Amino acid sequence: MKTRRICQFLLPVLVANGLSACGNIEPWVKPYERDRVADPIMFLDGDPVSSAYIQHVYEAREGARGGEGAAGGGCGCN
Amino acid sequence: MRSFDSVMRNRIPFIHVLAGCLLLASSHAGFAGVLPEDRSDILYHLYDGGGVEIDGPSVLVRKQVAKNVSVVGNYYVDMVSSASIDVVTTASPYSEERKQHSLGMDYLHGNTTMSLGYTSSDESDFDATTYNFSVSQDMFGDLTTLSLSYALGDDVVGRSDDETFTRDNTRQHYGVGLTQVLTRNLITTLNFETITDEGFLNNPYRSVRYADAGSPLGYSYEPELYPHTRTSNAVGLRARYYLPYRAALQGEYRFYTDTWDIESHTAAISYTHPMDDWTFTVKYRWHDQTGAHFFQDLFSRTEATNFRGRDKELSPLTSQTLKLAASYEFLSDGWRFIDRGTVNFSIDLLTVDYHEFRDLTSGALVGEEPFYSLDADVVQLFFSFWY
Repeated sequence: MKTRRICQFLLPVLVANGLSACGNIEPWVKPYERDRVADPIMFLDGDPVSSAYIQHVYEAREGARGGEGAAGGGCGCN
Repeated sequence: MRSFDSVMRNRIPFIHVLAGCLLLASSHAGFAGVLPEDRSDILYHLYDGGGVEIDGPSVLVRKQVAKNVSVVGNYYVDMVSSASIDVVTTASPYSEERKQHSLGMDYLHGNTTMSLGYTSSDESDFDATTYNFSVSQDMFGDLTTLSLSYALGDDVVGRSDDETFTRDNTRQHYGVGLTQVLTRNLITTLNFETITDEGFLNNPYRSVRYADAGSPLGYSYEPELYPHTRTSNAVGLRARYYLPYRAALQGEYRFYTDTWDIESHTAAISYTHPMDDWTFTVKYRWHDQTGAHFFQDLFSRTEATNFRGRDKELSPLTSQTLKLAASYEFLSDGWRFIDRGTVNFSIDLLTVDYHEFRDLTSGALVGEEPFYSLDADVVQLFFSFWY
């Protein structure tokens, strides 16, 4: 039941993400337009040692776990 | 009798967190289709709150060793001194030390990055080993990154007062991550993670209390008894937006549910503002959860239910955190083999309000004690070097 609830939340986002990517294979953010997402202040996890530690603190102090780490990249900077 | 706080037990050991974060997130945190940057971090961490003090170092070194291969190593120590509410009401304060080592490797082939990792953690009554593997693929002009991850953990739980006591846990993580550049100013990431546990999942020292008219206190204690399996699902969404004057705004949300009937919502918002060589961040985080179905602060009698727990982290609770962080960049022009460095300081002011776990030190009538709450300061000071 709860898995269904997660799927109900997850699927539309996945589909939206998928469609946005597949609908136009040609990158809609051109390489020369990626300076902002390549800026270090835009890194989702710029200091992995620090974020792993604070995530550990939360998992010790709360009953929930997972779903926060393992952020992919994708800034398309190369 | 020795006991311990739940900081290190009965949750995902830090090595599992580390496996997920260091060996995957760091690999792809910023750049698609390239190996992680060569860097070293030297961190001092301190947790101080609720009668518990935990501090120690963490040192990470990452280096590219071949054209397509990067390796990473991490050494982490927790020095624990605990007189938590659990400990002062049922046992004696204690101190202990936990050491953890991890090694990982990333291999880049085209737009695919494969990562392998191994982590081990040792302390006097708890050993944990984790193996993890992940694959990350950049697609659609490098605007999309899909990551798949798997980790297998084996824990051995002991007791400091009984050398013959050993119990095993097996834990498996399955993760899927999708990161998407939506516009030139907006990047989002969606993570889904399922974790399964099987084995001895409760704390071998902790007790539950039950009403006992024959006791001078009006209650007595008996050992916890948890289910031997647990499966959790979590989905998290993050979005980071570049503001026109070069600053960043980030929003986060996570929904969590598990077979112990814990359900939670977690949300956070943060703002990052660079200023010359400085970068400042402020973040607010909110978390609210229901309790496990077998949690009770006071059971009606001994062995009242099939499963019993009084771990305060399994109680319904609400936590809030305010984070303040500053980073200063130095050696911007390089020095010898170092390209640049930063010194970073952060403090997280954490407040946890428990909605069913009561404070037995208050001396109030049994079952009418005030609900417990704690404040904790979480401090990090670290140096980072890129080379």
